[in-house]
Amino acid sequence: MAAEIKAPPLRALPVAPAMVPGAMASSRPYVASDKMQQALGFPGELLPDWQPRALAKMGELLGKYRSLKVFLDACVHCGACADKCHYFIGTQDPLNMPVARQDLMRSVYRRHFTLPGKLFPALVGARELTREVLDQWYTYYNQCSECRRCAVFCPCGIDTAEITMAAKEVMDSVGLGQKYPNEIIAKVHRIGNNLGLPGPALANTLEGLEEDVKDETGVDVRFPVDEKGAEVLLVVPSADFFAEPHVDSLIGYAKVFHAAGIRWTLSSHASEAGNFGLFIGSYEQMRKIALRVREAALELGVKRIVVGECGHAWRVAYSFWNTLAGIGAGGNDPFARQLQSQLDPDFRQPTHICELTWDLIQRGALSFDKSANDHRIVTFHDSCNVARASNMGDTPGGQFEIPRNVIRAVANHYVEMAAETTRERTFCCGAGGGLLTDELLDLRVKGALPRMEALRDVADRHGVNFMASICAICKAQFGAVLPYYGFKAGMVGGVHQLVSTAIRLGTAK
Amino acid sequence: MTTATLLFALLFHFAAAVLAVGLAYRIASYARTPVPLKIPSTPAPATRGGVVLRLLREVTLFESLFKGSLWLWAFAWLFHLGTALVLVRHLRYFTEPVWGWVAFLGSFGTAGSLAMTAGLVALWLRRPLLPPVRTISTPSDHLMLALLLAIALSGLAMKHAVHTDVAGVKSFFLGLMTFSWKPLPADPLLWLHLGLVAALMIVFPFSKLLHAPGVFFAPTRNQADDPREVRHLAAWAARLDA
Repeated sequence: MAAEIKAPPLRALPVAPAMVPGAMASSRPYVASDKMQQALGFPGELLPDWQPRALAKMGELLGKYRSLKVFLDACVHCGACADKCHYFIGTQDPLNMPVARQDLMRSVYRRHFTLPGKLFPALVGARELTREVLDQWYTYYNQCSECRRCAVFCPCGIDTAEITMAAKEVMDSVGLGQKYPNEIIAKVHRIGNNLGLPGPALANTLEGLEEDVKDETGVDVRFPVDEKGAEVLLVVPSADFFAEPHVDSLIGYAKVFHAAGIRWTLSSHASEAGNFGLFIGSYEQMRKIALRVREAALELGVKRIVVGECGHAWRVAYSFWNTLAGIGAGGNDPFARQLQSQLDPDFRQPTHICELTWDLIQRGALSFDKSANDHRIVTFHDSCNVARASNMGDTPGGQFEIPRNVIRAVANHYVEMAAETTRERTFCCGAGGGLLTDELLDLRVKGALPRMEALRDVADRHGVNFMASICAICKAQFGAVLPYYGFKAGMVGGVHQLVSTAIRLGTAK
Repeated sequence: MTTATLLFALLFHFAAAVLAVGLAYRIASYARTPVPLKIPSTPAPATRGGVVLRLLREVTLFESLFKGSLWLWAFAWLFHLGTALVLVRHLRYFTEPVWGWVAFLGSFGTAGSLAMTAGLVALWLRRPLLPPVRTISTPSDHLMLALLLAIALSGLAMKHAVHTDVAGVKSFFLGLMTFSWKPLPADPLLWLHLGLVAALMIVFPFSKLLHAPGVFFAPTRNQADDPREVRHLAAWAARLDA
């Protein structure tokens, strides 16, 4: 691949870049090995009869997902989405325009599933599903982070993420899977988390954290695992268990529970909030991963399920867990009732850790020394899946307000980035959707461009030196790409890292 | 009964049937296809009433497009509003006596046709002039604009330059609707206009014009954001629980 990875120059004006056709044609993630594929029930390698099978799979998905069917029909090629994708802005490759990315599948849909495409393919831009087209799918559907920013601006509500997910499902079904997500999903099924951290190692890590916090604060803050009878089951992204800065947020959650006197536990069976089944568009994989949380909740007898700082995990938890695993309310079938009768209906199920902390703050159950964060000038990066695919609290937009409320409750210096780059218009960090892998670093650095421009602006004008986020992928991605833009890697951190710094232990109640 | 009358009568019966059956089939297939997951683009309304308002804003004000591109929004809105006024104006050819609201709104028909034409010209100019839009345009994108523009221009020409026998046109269409055919005025410009309109009706259910019903069926816009309160389950997904 490219010799040296360099950040593109920041733009003077936030307008669509000039196009460089083929700029990212050689950016491809590693293909999953046959063992990884077979672990998920997919064919080990590209099948000899992949073409008819891929078309059959497309037909199946068109019958199962209204989104796919409507979105492939409804596009008018107006171009409203064209300049909205961070990967197009950063790479200048025209196939990274959302509409062009959709057309990679739409052209095949027209050729094989519509009358005009069968009769007049050239007229309507219809193409056979050839090996070249399949390779283009693999290249460019693996340059979409499924962040949904294009969908915000589409007059027809078309969400490219739905099409990317369908393409990945089709490719998996014919044996052309992507290594990074598929390997991780297999680890979750086998061990319970994305990192492959087994139960004893997890217990060991948590003991170490208890000692660290004791050394630092003199307080016995517990990090319980597999404790039956706890009120709260906390499910966090497994990066929280050891990676910096993620672990600082885990310490923050533990301190919140400690200060509020809530009995909580982690689970070694469901030690992962992340759900990469979403990234590959597989309902079955996503459900299987979510069921581990259900099983852990039933086994431990908890009353509440709380989710840590992880963007796509919160999308899956908030929007899909009720559907996939009966974690929520309003279910009236035996499967849902079994769990829902156990969970406490006075709380939202599941609850985001920011919702929990903000509720406690409002009730006066926590106290803070805000000046402990005075060395930080904080801004907040809205993570795409939280911003555009979930909510918090009781009113639309709570997913924007609640994390900000928590930050302002624990820190004195808070600054917003430009409005066209925050809230529902936020830019992806550049590595969501299963793209947080080393071989895609060039793409990731380029995809971070719009966020880095907005950060540069507030860093220069207000001296911002801390960008808080509530997503493990955002934290890992920024930690890797910030230096390419002349920032310190340690500038990124979690909201509960700020909470951890300011919270007063042992004074509540 | 002239050959032209016979041909156009048959053509319009055929075009109306293709439009009605084609659209009904497409809409039924959208409605029948399951939506297994909650995927509203958030922030989203939590109630059905809120969703109705969101969709109304979407189809009357083009709310999302407004956020995306002001110029494109202006051109698209001009074109769609103009076309709506023109369509209302044309209802007078199918109703006797003409309904009051049709007569009132129809009085803006000329303004509508000018807005429609201006919008179409602007939308078409974008395609070759803006590099990203040029890249994504297919021949059918251009043909669709050409077809609509030809319809608008031939209509404007009959209204303002080469007048046609509008009473005769109305009698022809009223006859069509009751299957008692009346003669169609012999006017080549009228024939061109009507031929193009019939072509538009026929391609409608097979083309990107499906964005019209499609926007109502987009789960990103038409779902209420209440996944924690209500268990949402598609039939094929429910079978996995058993």
